[in-house]
Amino acid sequence: MNPLIPLFVAVPLGGAFLTMIIGKFLRNANKYIGMTVLLFLMVISYISITGLSGNISVYKVGGWEPVNGTPIGIYMVLDSLSAILLCIINTIGFLSIVYSFTYIAQYTSENYFYSLFCLMVAGMNGIVLSGDIFNIYIFLEISAISSYALVAFGVEREQLEATFKYQVLGGLASMLILIGISFIYWKAKTLNIADIKAALGTNTAKSFYIPVQLLLLSGFGLKAAIIPFHAWLPDAHSSAPSPISAMLSGVLIKAAGIYVILRLFFNMFIITEDMAMLLTTLGALSMAVGVLLAIGQWDIKRLLAYHSISQMGYVVMSAGIGMILLARGTKPEVASLAIAGGLFHLINHAAFKSLLFLNAGAIEYRTGTRDLKSMGGLAGLMPATSSTSFVASMAISGIPPFNGFFSKLIIIIAAIMGKFYFLAVIAVIVSIVTLASFMKFQRYAFYNKEIEKSENSPKEVPFPMVFSMVTLAVLCLVLSLIALPQVRDVILTPAIRILTDSQLYTTSITGM
Amino acid sequence: MILYLLCFVLFLVGLYGVITRRNLMKITISLSIMEFSTFLFLALIGYVKNGVPPIVDPAKPDVIYVDPLPQAMVLTAIVIGLATTAMLMAVIIRIYRKYKTLDIREIKNLRG
Repeated sequence: MNPLIPLFVAVPLGGAFLTMIIGKFLRNANKYIGMTVLLFLMVISYISITGLSGNISVYKVGGWEPVNGTPIGIYMVLDSLSAILLCIINTIGFLSIVYSFTYIAQYTSENYFYSLFCLMVAGMNGIVLSGDIFNIYIFLEISAISSYALVAFGVEREQLEATFKYQVLGGLASMLILIGISFIYWKAKTLNIADIKAALGTNTAKSFYIPVQLLLLSGFGLKAAIIPFHAWLPDAHSSAPSPISAMLSGVLIKAAGIYVILRLFFNMFIITEDMAMLLTTLGALSMAVGVLLAIGQWDIKRLLAYHSISQMGYVVMSAGIGMILLARGTKPEVASLAIAGGLFHLINHAAFKSLLFLNAGAIEYRTGTRDLKSMGGLAGLMPATSSTSFVASMAISGIPPFNGFFSKLIIIIAAIMGKFYFLAVIAVIVSIVTLASFMKFQRYAFYNKEIEKSENSPKEVPFPMVFSMVTLAVLCLVLSLIALPQVRDVILTPAIRILTDSQLYTTSITGM
Repeated sequence: MILYLLCFVLFLVGLYGVITRRNLMKITISLSIMEFSTFLFLALIGYVKNGVPPIVDPAKPDVIYVDPLPQAMVLTAIVIGLATTAMLMAVIIRIYRKYKTLDIREIKNLRG
């Protein structure tokens, strides 16, 4: 029993509640409540990742002990994979909320913003921590409903259209997920992920397995915006206020999409080769198509949103490669390497994509436009924005010594060692096209023309925004340290062990 | 079996509506139809033939009870469905104020 686990959900829920009540009477209280909540969560997520040391700790809600070895209560499970995701969610959340201090002041009803923000964080923490599939669905809906509201926060034409599209597709995804869950319950008569694995066993018919896997893959694929399901992402992520774009792109698609896919396909289902092939193909497809769609964009935030699809493709593809190798039973060390690359890229993508969205927000804050053609020459006027966005652009296109280089390198090496030469070539080409696309962004936004410094020319953004951007830029550099073996053993290796060892997760939870 | 099939037909009716309707309100209604077909399916899963409501009576030890867990799940899911529908309706009202129409063909600022 780890007493920290329920705090991850309870504290932001309480924060959301308090913001609405206290914010009515005290001006500015909303900001500080939001910041304190996220700071607290960030600290306890670091405590939990360092204190875990490869173990799995379980919190049984309401203290319902298992009966005859069958878990009956609601389990909240904190393992190394969840701990990584918790660190990402709460760090990016904290920095986005600090950024919002001045950015959101241009909108009305700030109370609602901070309250919804806390709710969204509560939902995501819940998804990552819950140990049974029905609670994943509930927390998914909590985070999704608050993100629908946050995308529409500006209530202008574009925001409303984007949020309608997002909601219809999100609702469709929820239904697919719920049907998948009910099929699983029908067969296994339990909802606990570890228990389902034990109950379904190895001899369940394929005719049952494949439709359920396809239902869940399309449901969570819609949430993760893997390529055939990506239609809502560019609209929703580009229309939202910038700190929210950073949260959606940097965190929500990972926590609600990729994380759950990894958890279900590695820890709940038996890994089969055809499903692994499908996942790899979808990943490679998102990687290539996402970047090709991105290259023609002139709206900064749409460009970044399409790059999110492409970069998530890397993660899905490397997880798929790992699954193929595990299903074949050959080269387990290459499988671990591929999954390590995927997880590492997941962490890195959170840092650099949030930074890029915050940069886009800073540019929009000062110049009032998102169109690359009508800006330029900002390098001298906004030095902090310009230099941090340069760091992020280099990181996303995989230039050493930034973090993106190491994760892409690990993925490509794993693909070559697993004899997936075609996928390795695609990964390299996509990386080059990404570089080209970000060169365009840098050139049109920050150089290209000279602007005289005058009274009316755009100037550097206020301190809270600069603070968030600089911190994330430093993180982009520091995260490359995960490539070192000493750091990797603490952060990545236990998470990979949970994913690759088919029995570890089940036995350690049903045994408690 | 026939009930499950009817459930699936209801789901397809909802899906057809979401895909083909042009009116925002009708899309929302179709989405609700889909939701309710799913709830119906969940409730059916818990049904046991000749089962009685799961209130344990010590006097009759050999009766069969239906599974109560799907019922709890359906109740939760209905509440969530209510929240999403309310949210969609709020957005539709806002859209109507901005665009003065509910026709999806005329609401297409975002492209590409």
